[in-house]
Amino acid sequence: MSSLSLQGLRRTYSATVAVDRVDLDMAQGELVALLGPSGCGKTTTLRMVAGFVLPSAGRVLIGGQDVSRAPPYARDTGMVFQGYALFPHMTVADNVGFGLEMRRVGRAERATRIAEALRLVRLDGLAERRPAQLSGGQQQRVALARALVVNPSVFLLDEPLSNLDARLRAEVRVEIRALQQRLGLTTLFVTHDQEEALTMADRLVVMDRGRVRQTGSPEELYERPDNLFVASFLGRCNIFRGTVERPGRLRAGTAALPCDGGAPGERSALVVRPERVAIVPGEAGEGGLPGRVGLVTYLGGLTDWHIDTPAGPVLVTRPTPAEGDALRRLSPGAPVRLDWTEAAGRLLADDEHTADKHRQGDPR
Amino acid sequence: MNIWDATFWRTLVWRGGVGAVFAVVLLPMVAVVWLSFFNQEIASFPPDGYTWRWYVNAWDQKQFARGFINSLQLAAIATVIGVTAGTAAAVALVRGRFPGRTALSGLLLGPLAVPGVVLGTGLYVFFVQIDNAIDFQIVATLPGLIAAHVLLTIPWTVRLVSASLLGVTASVEEAAANLGARPFTVFRRVTLPMMRAGVVAAALFSFIQSFENLELTLLLVGPGRSTLPVEMLNYLNFRVDPTLAAVAAVQIVLIGALMLITDRFVSLSKVVS
Repeated sequence: MSSLSLQGLRRTYSATVAVDRVDLDMAQGELVALLGPSGCGKTTTLRMVAGFVLPSAGRVLIGGQDVSRAPPYARDTGMVFQGYALFPHMTVADNVGFGLEMRRVGRAERATRIAEALRLVRLDGLAERRPAQLSGGQQQRVALARALVVNPSVFLLDEPLSNLDARLRAEVRVEIRALQQRLGLTTLFVTHDQEEALTMADRLVVMDRGRVRQTGSPEELYERPDNLFVASFLGRCNIFRGTVERPGRLRAGTAALPCDGGAPGERSALVVRPERVAIVPGEAGEGGLPGRVGLVTYLGGLTDWHIDTPAGPVLVTRPTPAEGDALRRLSPGAPVRLDWTEAAGRLLADDEHTADKHRQGDPR
Repeated sequence: MNIWDATFWRTLVWRGGVGAVFAVVLLPMVAVVWLSFFNQEIASFPPDGYTWRWYVNAWDQKQFARGFINSLQLAAIATVIGVTAGTAAAVALVRGRFPGRTALSGLLLGPLAVPGVVLGTGLYVFFVQIDNAIDFQIVATLPGLIAAHVLLTIPWTVRLVSASLLGVTASVEEAAANLGARPFTVFRRVTLPMMRAGVVAAALFSFIQSFENLELTLLLVGPGRSTLPVEMLNYLNFRVDPTLAAVAAVQIVLIGALMLITDRFVSLSKVVS
């Protein structure tokens, strides 16, 4: 029996379909991230689990029990809201104790559990403060403690890190993950930040326009995307469009590019991750893709090379070569040859839009 | 300070303007209080001396004390009913999604736009019609008067409570529901405390509106149940001495004190602006 199960979940608003055919089974203690661009239906899905939105069709099961029509207060979920949604007129302790009070936990036990929860998020000593007297990161932890203290069957997080600055975000990310694993919480997490999703989740559900595009581990989704949307949404990629010449070769213009299989004559899109592309300086040699160095961006440990080729601009990311390496001396205009293994060239159906056509130039 | 500096003149004009507005608002009240101490019976300027006797006279006029008690009672009941109903309406208008919401909102603010005399006449005719139709007397009864005053208190409540409810993010209420609170508990423990300032301000303004209302009351009041403003108007029919100024001065002080006390608990300036 799975901890949380979504079956054919669908939600429409008059003519618009916000969420359609979402299926998901979560094991106890698993952290699943719902990932997608804004408006993809991930938040609506989360709100259907919490009970703030009723599904138009499909079912929500928590611990095997159908709660599809149950009101929010009757579902055993603990949610952390995007803006934290703390009660401004209550102290930190009263905020954290609210859920216990609603569950009619006695005063003495309540005090113990509040103290315990605050210690868990390292906020002991701030129990008597008001939310307005806390920093953003502290408010965030109060929201976590408030949701955790009631031992919910399902822990829900709605973009919990989006209001924190970058440094704090990385810190809290690790903290939430550690806490979630230690307490064995079944957690559903909504985010539009792919880095957040990749680093925290056991499994990702990539959504677009109300539909699930692919579900799988971060590695599966990054290495073996099912479609162009997932490939381009997660991480950076180079996309070449062409026709399969023979298994292992895609013809894109004048270039024959290595790819993982394919049926001859098939129109396809080839996806290659920038870090899988090798650069060979000089014009000599055969195979691969000839090109000229464009912009070179030094990122410290890594360097980005933008290479102009007959098949279009290609982004290559590599560990910054050592001083004296031939690659290090490549200046704009220099001729190079690009190559990659067949396994690194993922062949996908070329029948849909990408998450962001300009992602190649995205410095992230 | 440099008089050739544009900032100097800007500041001067700004402060002068603010001062002028305050003067226009406050001077009539100062004048009334001042007048209440004038010695002569027919007010004239300058006063030929100062006296307390108009206050003594006001105290001796038993109809003022009676009217005061009546007004207090009426305003209190109208406020309780109006603020309860108005708050409920505001919650529905701000949080609810139902057809005719805008129309209802306009309707509830309507009494603010209708002159008191018109409202009073309309209600009088309406009450008489009811009386004729089902033989149930409302004109000149306390319930009739209360019903009329509730009309004065509802628009204020709906406006002030809606404004402060807009400041309560819906997700805070959702958080409470998520933690296991049923709808009424969410309202009592989260929504109401968060919009307390608006409700208190609404109660205060409703009370003042009802307490000082003359036009509406005049047409609906029954014998022996006159409110203070009506008694003051009656007094004016026979005498024009500063006794009324003395009564008005007492009212100004009482209402001022009420506002100051309220402001200590909730910051009114924040709600009203």
